[in-house]
Amino acid sequence: MRSSRFFGSGGVSCDDVADALPAIVDGLEVAAIEVQRHVAACLRCQAELVQYRKVLRTLHQLRTEVLEPTPGLLPDILAALEAAGERRAIHHLLNGRRVAYVGGIAAATAAGAAGAILASRARRKVRLAS
Amino acid sequence: MVIPSEEARLVAAAKAGDSDAFAELVRNTQGDVYTLAYRLTGNEDDARDVAQEAYLRAFRSLKRFRGDARFSTWMYRITANCASTHLSRRSKGRHEELSDDDNVLDERPESDPETMAEAGVLRDRVTAALADLPPILRAVVVLRDVYDLPHDAIASELGITESAAKVRLHRARRKLRERLFPMPGEEKARAV
Repeated sequence: MRSSRFFGSGGVSCDDVADALPAIVDGLEVAAIEVQRHVAACLRCQAELVQYRKVLRTLHQLRTEVLEPTPGLLPDILAALEAAGERRAIHHLLNGRRVAYVGGIAAATAAGAAGAILASRARRKVRLAS
Repeated sequence: MVIPSEEARLVAAAKAGDSDAFAELVRNTQGDVYTLAYRLTGNEDDARDVAQEAYLRAFRSLKRFRGDARFSTWMYRITANCASTHLSRRSKGRHEELSDDDNVLDERPESDPETMAEAGVLRDRVTAALADLPPILRAVVVLRDVYDLPHDAIASELGITESAAKVRLHRARRKLRERLFPMPGEEKARAV
């Protein structure tokens, strides 16, 4: 914990500024005007801000580092994907068969009903004719 | 955002059901995904599990990928989500402390930090300091400051609010700075 001594100028302490520095270091957030004034006049806080920038710059540099995956990772991933793909294909197939089965039953039922209606009409015509 | 035409072609083919195209996307991005998984989890075994789970999840939800960002960026988000789930599941099993106030071990070399600040050395020290951060702080700072994901995406993938993500980011940056460049008084406070 740093001391709450005042460096620089104005009524803002180094402690107050210390809380703001991690937020403003990337430039996306703007510090309050009192904080800006304090940093402009306080060598200690300026030094701390420089340290934050170094940390941030180094973190950005890590982005270009790509670690070598452990041996066998790619085959493992591809095997898992293949298994998942097969499961999905089987699922689709079963669903497709189920649809065809239900469709067949529906078609047969409809055909039966149509046949019954036609037969009943034919019987009625015969009765009327006689 | 310009998407390379080869990547766009592979994504379109994979969405149409071409498994070879998806395998090619895996080949092209596995190093990045594994690296992110490793940075988030801190060890090889967990990184492997997270990378594998991330690709399975991507495969299942590929149709929802709109293609307006790089495939790798989409994979980062999925990887972050998988790592978060993985770490919280593991911590429940092992009763690990998830507090973000854990002290970061001080393993500074004896020499003056300024003289040690050559790029390579500092990078190694930052990597070590990152690994020692509590997982919930590490995740936010890695996703924001290394992989440049926006706050809303980080919050969404980690299941926290945007303001919580920002608070954690600032806390993580502060811990890293204190570890790498301790100010007079900070060393004493940490030792208490």
